[in-house]
Amino acid sequence: MSRVGLRAVALAYLAVLLLVPVGVVFYKTFEHGLGAVFDSVTTPAAIHAFWLTIEVAVIAVPLNAAFGVITALALVRGRWRGKSLVNAIIDLPFAISPVVIGLALILVYGRNGWLGSWLSDHGIQIIFAVPGMVLATIFVSLPFVVREVAPVLREIGDEQEQAAATLGASSWQTFWRVTLPSIRWGIAYGVVLSTARAIGEFGAVSIVSGKVAGQTETLTLLVEKRYGNFDVAGAYAASALLALIALATLLAMTVINPRKEPA
Amino acid sequence: MATIWLSLIVLIPLAAVVAKSTDGPFWETVGSRQAVSALELTVLASIGVAAINAVMGTLVAWVLVRDSFPGKGVVNALIDLPFALPTIVAGITLLALWGQHVAYTRTAIVLALLFVTLPFVVRSVQPVLLELDAEMEEAAASLGARPLTIFRLIVLPNLAPAIASGAALGFARAVGEFGSVVLVSGNIPFKTQVASVFIFNQVESDNTPGAAAVAVVLMAISLLVLLIIRRLGR
Amino acid sequence: MIAVRDISKRFGAFEALHDVSLEVPAGSLTALLGPSGSGKSTLLRIIAGLEFPDSGSVLIAGDDATARPPQQRGIGFVFQHYAAFKHMTVHDNVAFGLRVRKRPRPEIDARVKELLGIVGLAGYADRHPSQLSGGQRQRMALARALAVEPEVLLLDEPFGALDAKVRAELRSWLRRLHDEVHVTTVLVTHDQEEAMEVADRIAVLNEGRVEQVGGPRELYERPANDFVMGFLGPVTRIGAELVRPHDLKIAPLPEPGSAEAQVTRVVHLGFEVRVELALADGGETSVQLTKSEADELELADGDIVHVRTLGGRTRISA
Repeated sequence: MSRVGLRAVALAYLAVLLLVPVGVVFYKTFEHGLGAVFDSVTTPAAIHAFWLTIEVAVIAVPLNAAFGVITALALVRGRWRGKSLVNAIIDLPFAISPVVIGLALILVYGRNGWLGSWLSDHGIQIIFAVPGMVLATIFVSLPFVVREVAPVLREIGDEQEQAAATLGASSWQTFWRVTLPSIRWGIAYGVVLSTARAIGEFGAVSIVSGKVAGQTETLTLLVEKRYGNFDVAGAYAASALLALIALATLLAMTVINPRKEPA
Repeated sequence: MATIWLSLIVLIPLAAVVAKSTDGPFWETVGSRQAVSALELTVLASIGVAAINAVMGTLVAWVLVRDSFPGKGVVNALIDLPFALPTIVAGITLLALWGQHVAYTRTAIVLALLFVTLPFVVRSVQPVLLELDAEMEEAAASLGARPLTIFRLIVLPNLAPAIASGAALGFARAVGEFGSVVLVSGNIPFKTQVASVFIFNQVESDNTPGAAAVAVVLMAISLLVLLIIRRLGR
Repeated sequence: MIAVRDISKRFGAFEALHDVSLEVPAGSLTALLGPSGSGKSTLLRIIAGLEFPDSGSVLIAGDDATARPPQQRGIGFVFQHYAAFKHMTVHDNVAFGLRVRKRPRPEIDARVKELLGIVGLAGYADRHPSQLSGGQRQRMALARALAVEPEVLLLDEPFGALDAKVRAELRSWLRRLHDEVHVTTVLVTHDQEEAMEVADRIAVLNEGRVEQVGGPRELYERPANDFVMGFLGPVTRIGAELVRPHDLKIAPLPEPGSAEAQVTRVVHLGFEVRVELALADGGETSVQLTKSEADELELADGDIVHVRTLGGRTRISA
């Protein structure tokens, strides 16, 4: 198999599987002109969906980032039993189907769920409301920051932190001035992945949200609804918006990737 | 402290699923023709996709590491597109491209799963290929082995663990995949209904024990595969 | 046996080899000696077919091998970092070349056993390279290269990754092996001591050019230029002349042809003594004496002495 032959096969496969579909979506979206697209993404439902998606991500991602950094530190620098168990649990969101995640949340926080009566007694609504969607999003985007920060921490080693200690720095100072700067690109990369996952979440959020237009409908749910209502152009328009966000994510990943490897 | 957070978010809800699955007739539900058909389709499609990925993913990784051509950096970045793109959008794009010919068929499911699991083997193999000691291949050449033989006897054995783990991760992802498949498969029971869509339907029809039962089987399959990867990784 | 003619090679803007021509006699052990960047490894790899020259030709046993891939050149190659097939046992590593040539199993097993005996790894057949020391891995690599009975054996800084003691052992072991097996061998090294000890002929390379080719003694005693003289052994300068520190004599009183100098430092290196001197014309030089010579002179810092060269062993610096 010649070099050029292999290259051709690989590129053809990628083109057919990746590029052409995405290209077609953009083409079909703008087929009817820029104006139609603009109208489509500025309907009240679309605007609300956009901001809701952002809102959910803005809550979920920082929480996961904080959890991620703390857990990565505990896993790499700490000594305690049960590390492999925790490691395995962190990988669970990768292995569980989104619909199962949605189901799980309903079973705990829903009307007939384990916490159901306690929640309704206190007037807190989780399922079929934004908090439920936030929980679902946290679940699915949980592992990313940990999985990016832990290897970086391992690579760097703790010599710098030891040096800081000998120079008189407290744990907090060491963390803030030495550890955090050295892992900042790992965190950034993990945040980008986490955000992309959060924005793109569909299955779990689909079950948990109740899909009330203008209230609990994210961009991904909007795409599905429009398609179901035969508003294909509208579905394409929202998809194109999400695809643009995805490409921006890829760009961010490409830029950050080389920097997260310690020199 | 982290463990409390983990439990709240992850463990307790999953435990609830397991618990609920026993609420109804577990084996009857899981053994029902429709459920079995859905599970069968899901697992077979995922295995097929994993096999295709093992081959094509390795090929793509090889070209990205060993070859050079203008735009290679862009191609490399695009491999992560399935990770970055929402699954529902992936479904729409596949519909847009393949249209009515392929929609509502099993081919559509396979195509959707191939899209979503593309990066796994590629990203798993790339670092191993990069680290591979090129001198081993030169030594084999100096001893008379031709390029195909070198690939078979030297490169492949060293890549095998990475290929296996990438394929297994892709499999675990594929069995649970929902967003890209739900539109494209048409949800025809016994023909194109995958397990995740089946579960979704049960939830919508308020049959949570039924949904939980099949969910437990699905989880068991994923977790089994992941456990095997971890073992291999030693 | 091997002849390279007018070989040139560049890597981007860097000229690694410039019109290099060299003959390697059959059955000899020739060293390519030079500092890093001199092109010696590149030349070896071109002979092996692991690199291709921009211009020039490579002849092996009279045939033009320039365009042939490494598989078809009848060579054996040993790498600095062993290039062991880490996923195979020692036995399978050594057997690889024979396996590729589809030899029958019993023949392969017999040959592997024989070779492992020759290299002193009998009994290690079922181990993996990761279980061997560096020196053992390199001996395995040698056995592997010899298994296919190559016409030419090429070694690229084979002992560079090993520590000093193992290096010394393997060096003399290689020489003895060559004396027994008589395969035409080319060895790349940056260590002049290694080249002098092991090789019949040495080609000194510098910045992509061959400076001089000859036997160890010839190169040491009659270097063609300053570079070769400086690279092959210690040099010191007296006025416009380069001379070896052990070819200088120190006397308490003036002698014909001597220069006046003051002792700045006496360094006792065990078996030899180095005396550092400041010359009257402002230059510095050092003289190497045996312990007994030094004891006789009883030198101390600040002494005025007279130094001259022993007959005819200098070169006028270019």
